[in-house]
Amino acid sequence: MRVNFTVNGRPQEADDVWEGESLLYVLRERLGLPGSKNACEQGECGSCTVRLDGVPVCSCLVAAGQVEGREVVTVEGLADFAKERAEHAGCDSGACGTSLDAAKRWEAKPGQDSQTGEGVELSPIQQAFIDAGAVQCGFCTPGLLVAADEMLERNPSPTDADIREALSGNLCRCTGYEKILDAVRLAAARQGEAV
Amino acid sequence: MDFLRPASWEEALAAKAEHPTAVPIAGGTDVMVEINFDHRRPEYLLDLNRIELLREWEVGEENVRLGASVPYTTIMENLRAELPGLALASHTVASPQIRNRGGVGGNLGTASPAGDAHPALLAAGAEVEVESVRGSRFIPIDEFYTGVKRNALAPDELIKTVHVKKADGPQQYSKVGTRNAMVIAVCAFGLALHPETRTVRTGIGSAAPTPIRAKEAEAFLNAALEEGGFWDNGKIITPSIAKQFADLCSGAANPIDDVRGTAKYRRHAVGIMARRQLGWTWEQYRGTGRTLEGAA
Amino acid sequence: MAGTTTGIPRDVTQNHVKGGIGESTLRPDGTLKVTGEFAYSSDMWHEDMLWGQVLRSTVAHAEIVSIDTAEALAMDGVYAVMTHEDLPAAKNYGMEFQDTPVLAYGKVRHHGEPVVLVAADHPETARRAAAKVVIEYRELPVITDEASATAPDAILVHEGRDDHHSGHVPHPNIVHRQPIIRGNADEAAKRADVIVKGEYTFGMQDQAFLGPESGLAVPAEDGGVDLYVATQWLHSDLKQIAPCLGLPEEKVRMTMAGVGGAFGGREDISMQILASLLAMRTGKPVKMVYNRYESFFGHVHRHPAKLYYEHGATKDGKLTHMKCKIVLDGGAYASSTASVVGNASSLSVGPYVIDDVEIEAIGLYTNNPPCGAMRGFGAVQACFAYEAQMDKLAAKLGMDPVELRQLNAMEQGTIMPTGQVVDSPAPVAELLRMVKARPMPPERQWETAGEGADVRALPGGLSNTSHGEGVVRGVGYAVGIKNVGFSEGFDDYSTAKIRLEVINGEPVALVHTAMAEVGQGGVTIHAQIARTELGVQQVTIHPADTQVGSAGSTSAGRQTYMTGGAIKNSCEIVREKVLEIGRRKFGSYHPAWANAELLLEGGKVVTDNGEALASIADVLEDQAVEVEEEWRHRPTQAFDLVTGQGNGHVQYAFAAHRAVVEVDTELGLVKVIELACAQDVGKAVNPLSVIGQIQGGTTQGLGVAVMEEIIVDPKTAKVRNPSFTDYLIPTILDTPTIPVDYLELADPNAPYGVRGIGEAPTLSSTPAVLAAIRAATGLELNKTPVRPEALTGTL
Repeated sequence: MRVNFTVNGRPQEADDVWEGESLLYVLRERLGLPGSKNACEQGECGSCTVRLDGVPVCSCLVAAGQVEGREVVTVEGLADFAKERAEHAGCDSGACGTSLDAAKRWEAKPGQDSQTGEGVELSPIQQAFIDAGAVQCGFCTPGLLVAADEMLERNPSPTDADIREALSGNLCRCTGYEKILDAVRLAAARQGEAV
Repeated sequence: MDFLRPASWEEALAAKAEHPTAVPIAGGTDVMVEINFDHRRPEYLLDLNRIELLREWEVGEENVRLGASVPYTTIMENLRAELPGLALASHTVASPQIRNRGGVGGNLGTASPAGDAHPALLAAGAEVEVESVRGSRFIPIDEFYTGVKRNALAPDELIKTVHVKKADGPQQYSKVGTRNAMVIAVCAFGLALHPETRTVRTGIGSAAPTPIRAKEAEAFLNAALEEGGFWDNGKIITPSIAKQFADLCSGAANPIDDVRGTAKYRRHAVGIMARRQLGWTWEQYRGTGRTLEGAA
Repeated sequence: MAGTTTGIPRDVTQNHVKGGIGESTLRPDGTLKVTGEFAYSSDMWHEDMLWGQVLRSTVAHAEIVSIDTAEALAMDGVYAVMTHEDLPAAKNYGMEFQDTPVLAYGKVRHHGEPVVLVAADHPETARRAAAKVVIEYRELPVITDEASATAPDAILVHEGRDDHHSGHVPHPNIVHRQPIIRGNADEAAKRADVIVKGEYTFGMQDQAFLGPESGLAVPAEDGGVDLYVATQWLHSDLKQIAPCLGLPEEKVRMTMAGVGGAFGGREDISMQILASLLAMRTGKPVKMVYNRYESFFGHVHRHPAKLYYEHGATKDGKLTHMKCKIVLDGGAYASSTASVVGNASSLSVGPYVIDDVEIEAIGLYTNNPPCGAMRGFGAVQACFAYEAQMDKLAAKLGMDPVELRQLNAMEQGTIMPTGQVVDSPAPVAELLRMVKARPMPPERQWETAGEGADVRALPGGLSNTSHGEGVVRGVGYAVGIKNVGFSEGFDDYSTAKIRLEVINGEPVALVHTAMAEVGQGGVTIHAQIARTELGVQQVTIHPADTQVGSAGSTSAGRQTYMTGGAIKNSCEIVREKVLEIGRRKFGSYHPAWANAELLLEGGKVVTDNGEALASIADVLEDQAVEVEEEWRHRPTQAFDLVTGQGNGHVQYAFAAHRAVVEVDTELGLVKVIELACAQDVGKAVNPLSVIGQIQGGTTQGLGVAVMEEIIVDPKTAKVRNPSFTDYLIPTILDTPTIPVDYLELADPNAPYGVRGIGEAPTLSSTPAVLAAIRAATGLELNKTPVRPEALTGTL
């Protein structure tokens, strides 16, 4: 079957999709967006978390056919997504989810040089993960970033218990989570300073 | 495999009538795992994501009309007062990502004894509105579960709405798992006090071939509360009543040993949860009585 | 090969990062990892690629009667179906023993063993084809424990063994046996005022790395293959792969793709040979990605163990003797079982002074899943048991358990049961003091101001099982000893190629090693060493591959020591060459050039009092200096097969934990409130990474204490929980704060004084949590993980 949807602001078309394929498979193997990770494919690890019409979901549990006409944001588009939000939403109320309209206006910038990563513009949560040492093997990182970014959008000053609850669907095997907590606290603090 | 994408409820019913083997998929929590791991290769997948009415909910006089696909997150956030037991149960479902997509219809459709919503629905009292091209019918929740992962749906029927009684008293829900989040129930228990009818209802999950009520325990407690005038005098329930209630709940369970826990433990844990929840709900009833949200 | 491969790793350069040894510089791959651009092995892709699929045995022990692949081969989209009959060369591989069939022939020896391979144009096609293969098995009785393995009429898991241990083992179903006898335990026991005995069971743990086994094999025009995989040791893989493909090693070109965690589980081969076979057979690139179910069968696990211990002590708490027997279940294939036996045996006494010991460790062949390397490698199981013994002994003596440990703690100069003198710092008593001195976390943290209980802070968490009822706090301590590096006379080395040249007027160091970056941050440290030794700012890390010499394994806590040491060594040689060029060019202009103490700093040649003599750019101009050198640690010795004596280990590492837990004693649910760790790290080359390693290792120990276990049915030897639904690892809500204190007591024998850090915290974490649960419940608890049933008497 054919599936048309929007990923990181750009219309995408996938052809000859087998009906049993997941959104995760389509992103990784058909659209050249392997940033969302395939750690368990049973909704138990959160590594494949993307935003579907603004809502964080496990892309391994979304059938490809279910995304027809819908909007997906992946880790590859997170920096631009966050930038767009910062520029247009002006969110100090803490109640600024991403509307479908906002998602539709947004589009990823093409052609970043990611050869070394240096000089790339990152979202606050991405930068905080690097600075706090929250990245080791990094396989859980994309899913955690999408989930943490969305939590900070809803709840700009989370308690530790809030962070733990919001990230309880994302397994990490390397870090023991302590530095992930540090990173989210850091991003929240920096976000707070910026307002 | 064919992927059917009905744009409306009527189209969905027509598709299900034409292809009774079609597997409905909404949140994907159960179906996609089975597909990803090659446990299931349905001839047809019937996508219900496009059907708006399944995502709608409405608080009525007596009942909450809950669309089958209303995500657990929505229940947690919006229906804590009206459906406290189900809201607590929703909060224990898997992970935030899953709660964002999964709904009660999925739990009912799969009818696994481990589904988190079942004990809360049994305790609150609910009816499942199912429909086919032949028409619609209401199935009382007590008659819905017919066997291990089997329910009362006819092959051409789809789950449309769950009508859950609005809480008229405190409700609680707990589940035991060996992890502090994102865990499938080893067993689960739900309790609802219904002061209007002066009855209690229970629900037990993962401790019998189907979700069940502990009817003998309910009958015992109903009688004991009535006899002691507890509904009126609001006295603390005596430990011996609580113990007997807990023991009867344990006894109602008919669990098995499996990789997640022993039958003996499940029976034990059901009793502990029953006793604690009786304490929590009764305290709440004796206290404000009107703040009906769960404590969590 | 037509078409392009995407995901091939490239050079990563840090241009603007400062910071050498001892500073928390950030990862060179950090930005790539947070943007989703970092290519893991499962992200490798080729436009013409096929998908490889493995069909695995559904039974644990059986003769293979027949395999019928005809129907599968006839399917549209199927390019190859292979059985053992299609293997081009060697049929077996293995790290220490070549006992593992590439594809089963004759019989299958464990549940999930690869039997048939399929390559097809889509993963679903490959799955459907695999489902059409018909295999007929004749089932055999399963061997699942010591009794069934060593019974007089036991079926031999492997007939006709001729490996290096087969001559001395008491039974062919014993992979290796390592006794250690020192002093006279029976005599010493007579001095004991109290004796405690215990029998302990350690469950089978899975590494549960998140990145599944995966990779891409691309057939090359020269008949060889280019292989992109995630592994812990490229050159060990290569040595095993090439003979099975019938290719010389130079025709198997391996490149490290991104690794999603390892923890020992990638030290053995997984899909490497299988994907290469299919690529060579079809002439097309073949991608293989195990799903989570298959991953549980696709790598070795931590050895489950039975441990029998006896300790004695005088009434004032001095240990008199120890006797133990440790039985490790190696499963169907040896993997690194023999080395795990050596470790378990030689570290079974723990970080304590006991002169009279009688130790025996054995590793079994059974039909259970194969077990091999996992973080802690034999020392984990022993630590769980000897630390439980210490607590039992303290209770019997009426002593404080920490004081008992401190009283018997080893120190620098202590003689190990193997006769080896501990010749660098061993601050065991001090580490215990550090964790004990920490303030206790506040009680009843679940209580909120008027809003009822915050269940997130209670056992059961979001499941809302307790609002404080039944909850009891307990505190427990443990300390452990782990060897660092490869032991028992293994000729271990690492290789580093360093190139220094001037690009755009700036000196740039290129670091090329075959070290597996599995997440630990080796690449960060390599850049730090190059900056420190060569005085440059720009460092380029070349992808790890087999075009440079072996770096050894990323395991045993050895890479900072070994590849760090190799880089330091190669940099020193590069520096000498630079100075030599400088002396030739400029020596006549300044007398300081004759000074032997010249350094490279800030891009310049400087004297030891800081005077700049010339810039590196001026010295080198367009000349590049390149060095590739092997580097070794001090040699070790094998353990004597009868007495266990020998200087077997390179270095020792120590960590201590204090666990604070809260147990719902009625439901048997546990919440770990705090898990404090103190460790001697020798030298914190990158403090941020050090703490990350300690916290990660601690959490894996927590997991095995309360939830992690691969459950194998003793009747069928089949795995019952191969999924993340039923094999649970800790979530962020299960993991407490992990405060870390570390000491930096340099090991004079190691580069920069470093001590391997990754493994020690995994040892003591588990027994500390168990001790805390025992303290809360008063139960004996001799098995990991502690299940709710064990806490509620409902087994």
